[in-house]
Amino acid sequence: MSADAPAAPPAPVVASPQLRLLLTPPPARRGWRLVPARVAALCAIELQKLRHDRVELYTRAVQPALWLLIFGETFTRIKAIPTGGIPYLDYLAPGIIAQSAMFIAIFYGIMIIWERDSGVLTKLLVTPTPRAVLVTGKAFAAGVKSVVQAVVVVLIAAVLGVSMTWNPLRLLGVAVVVVLGSAFFACLSMSIAGIVLTRERLMGIGQAITMPLFFGSNALYPVAVMPGWLQAVSKVNPLSYEVDALRGLLLGTPAHLWLDLGVLVLAAVLGVGAASALMGRLAR
Amino acid sequence: MTVTPAVTPAAGGPPPGGPATAVRCTGLRYSFGAARAVDGLDLEVRAGEVFGLLGPNGAGKTTAIRAITTLLRIPPGMVEVFGHDSARERMAVRRLLGYVPQQLSADGGLTGRENVALFARVFDVPRRERAARVAEALAAVDLTEAADRLAGTYSGGMVRRLELAQALVSAPRLLILDEPTIGLDPIARTGVWDRINEVRAATGMTVLVTTHYMDEADQYCDRVGLMHRGRIRALGTPGELRHALAGPGGAEPSLEDVFRHYAGSGLTGRDNDEGGDLGDVRRTRRTASRVG
Repeated sequence: MSADAPAAPPAPVVASPQLRLLLTPPPARRGWRLVPARVAALCAIELQKLRHDRVELYTRAVQPALWLLIFGETFTRIKAIPTGGIPYLDYLAPGIIAQSAMFIAIFYGIMIIWERDSGVLTKLLVTPTPRAVLVTGKAFAAGVKSVVQAVVVVLIAAVLGVSMTWNPLRLLGVAVVVVLGSAFFACLSMSIAGIVLTRERLMGIGQAITMPLFFGSNALYPVAVMPGWLQAVSKVNPLSYEVDALRGLLLGTPAHLWLDLGVLVLAAVLGVGAASALMGRLAR
Repeated sequence: MTVTPAVTPAAGGPPPGGPATAVRCTGLRYSFGAARAVDGLDLEVRAGEVFGLLGPNGAGKTTAIRAITTLLRIPPGMVEVFGHDSARERMAVRRLLGYVPQQLSADGGLTGRENVALFARVFDVPRRERAARVAEALAAVDLTEAADRLAGTYSGGMVRRLELAQALVSAPRLLILDEPTIGLDPIARTGVWDRINEVRAATGMTVLVTTHYMDEADQYCDRVGLMHRGRIRALGTPGELRHALAGPGGAEPSLEDVFRHYAGSGLTGRDNDEGGDLGDVRRTRRTASRVG
């Protein structure tokens, strides 16, 4: 059956000065410029939410503070872990920054499922935003949130006496590394969300993989002291590269910065690809 | 189940697929596994009209809407929006759409203004006119005073109007509303429809709406399509559908009677009075619960 009824009465278009701008569609932004515009829009949302409600920021600061205060202080006294001559608390701080950033990002998929359930994601998917760009925007938004968290952890570490660099260029490098690492873990989380589709399952999987990723990295101890099988895990764990880069930038310890950055960029790109491919399952 | 159209073709209508056609679905089919949600839907929505898609839960209305809005992957040639193929020209179609889903989808952690500004940004509204355009959209739905409050503090009707502002900020040619007044009290329902009608009168946009409320369809829709089991079963103006069902000399039935006639007769057997799947019911209840 097609349009079988008489024509609808023509809509009476009334010129209204109050709706002047709403009569003209905005010009379309095309090509590569669309990507930074969408990423900026989605990052701005995260910052606006943090401005309205900082409770999450403060409560999320408790765990890294405890790691540094209890675990860090204790193991500094024990001197059981070879750190290359620096206090264990200093050695631990970049690992805890990476961990707290990862904890934010790894549960980002829960937010995507919430947005799916509440219709927010559906509405965004109906905007002129390709799925890969939407995922990239979400990944960087997780990165921005993680950077704000990292600032809090850096301040806590500074208060506890960790001797870090305050070179602005190096701190900028820290922010870039945290964003890239968080982008990957957010994409990992969104990919899992696209597979499991429910918050409950994602919570379970998130908790199951978070600690292995943390303990299977160089966040707490050097790779050299790990058993062989754990060293293999650490080599394919992007968190290790993130921690290595953060240590190099913040403490000036020997690091493989270009390799670390390369791995993190590659991991983030692969993550965006996987999460974009699976986003359609959330849209159905 | 009758598939006879309630209304016969009218002479002099706009040519199918021409510029006067906002949405054209041709043999649209979509299945979720073995379940065929939309089963050969043919439909035209004319530019400038308010078209109501009616049907029981599980009739395929939301699936059809999701196909039109490019959310579902469909083969080319099945859906066109203002002449753009929904499968081949997804970005072009999306630039023409304003979409309000069934759920209350405003972000409660942001203010009303920030909620609308997000959609201004993702539709590429230039920075120099963004604030003014957002303010216009908020004014159009009577939310200027509440614009800087968190959307989490809004009532259900205000959230719906905020979502309308989000959809309007990009000056869409086609506004798609999926159950826009579900769970709202009568005053809030009227408030939402008043804003839709005012903006439509001012902009001339096409409105495609799904609703369960027959009184709303009767009052606000230029034409309605009654959908059941994935197909349009009757199509016409509310008055035409009522006349078509009235017996000679008998009292004219209400649109609800028409709805029962076309949808209810097909509800024997597997569906009976349990139309819609768990997802439909959950979505509806969640929305109603958020509205309070």
